[in-house]
Amino acid sequence: MSVAILGWSITLAQVLLTLAMACAVLRFMRGPRAQDRIIGLDTFYVNAMLLLVTLGIRSGATLYFEAALVIGLLGFVGTVALAKFLMRGEVIE
Amino acid sequence: MSAPDLPLWAAILVSFFLVAGALVTLLGSIGLWRLPDFYARLHAPSLGATLGTGLILVASMICFSVLQGRPLVHEVLIGLFVTITTPVTLMLLASASLYRDRVEGNDAAPKKDPPPTEL
Amino acid sequence: MTRLKRVLPYPLLFLALLGMWLLMTQSLSAGQILLGAVIAFGGCWTMVALDPPAGRLRRPGAMARLAGRVFLDVFRSNLAVGSIILGSEDRRTHAGFMSLRLDLTSPYGLAVLAIILTCTPGTQWVRYDPSRRVLMLHVLDLVDDRHWVRTIKERYESLLMEIFE
Repeated sequence: MSVAILGWSITLAQVLLTLAMACAVLRFMRGPRAQDRIIGLDTFYVNAMLLLVTLGIRSGATLYFEAALVIGLLGFVGTVALAKFLMRGEVIE
Repeated sequence: MSAPDLPLWAAILVSFFLVAGALVTLLGSIGLWRLPDFYARLHAPSLGATLGTGLILVASMICFSVLQGRPLVHEVLIGLFVTITTPVTLMLLASASLYRDRVEGNDAAPKKDPPPTEL
Repeated sequence: MTRLKRVLPYPLLFLALLGMWLLMTQSLSAGQILLGAVIAFGGCWTMVALDPPAGRLRRPGAMARLAGRVFLDVFRSNLAVGSIILGSEDRRTHAGFMSLRLDLTSPYGLAVLAIILTCTPGTQWVRYDPSRRVLMLHVLDLVDDRHWVRTIKERYESLLMEIFE
């Protein structure tokens, strides 16, 4: 019983998070300006991180926690570099 | 449908937090799609990054604490990390976009800062 | 006290780094505590090389009150912004920029205020001008800008000034 409840709600959460990622990708493709694309990419990263945490709950392994942390870190560094690039036209000053 | 075998109360609690967090995150991403201009869209991702992340992490904490029979709160690290980094990216994007709009001279951003509101 | 400061320049940072290490490794064994202490010690001395501006933290009671308020406001503003997103076209076009004068000057206080304002959906920190002490914000639901000024000054700024100044 409890396995069924948890299994179905994890599936539901995964579907919802995938839809959220799809919205972020749509914004990324639509633009219209570079900053809109970057914010889409940033949201995509955060949603992917949450999807990994959800996957971790399904598998019951704490391994996914590290993966989620790394994805969050990559998303942060990537977005900061892109925002910096928008401001000045170069990443490292 | 594989899932960890939790007691019923924990399964219901974890399911609730998980689905609520995913819904809030989806709402934020829908906002990214529906809101009319860039500066309004800046408000949308912080839904997923605050409440959405918080709820999903609480679900994960309950799940692993019950599974392993001891309090396991390492998800706090993800929460802390996201709370500190999201404002940095959003502030950088806001100021970069303001700078670009002003250099191009389009009317997405005001030409001058609005005067401070006095009470 | 001064001797402790000479060996360990930032005791709070030391504890925070050690706590983070133990959370990351998910264990409380003596070896991990020792390794974490060494890393935290190195982190503290790296901080000395970076030479951050001096600041101080006071009044744990005020900190707890601030944390409670922020928690509540994040919850409420999530609901408010959610209803705006799902609402009609008319409700989504009230966004706008506004400015306000801040009395808070401590850089750490300003950093915490920036995190609070950006993390609560609905308000977005855009720019702070330290010479005029004016903060520019973008607000999603800008119907009454005085309401926002009052909220920020009364709910957050007064507590932040108690804590950091």
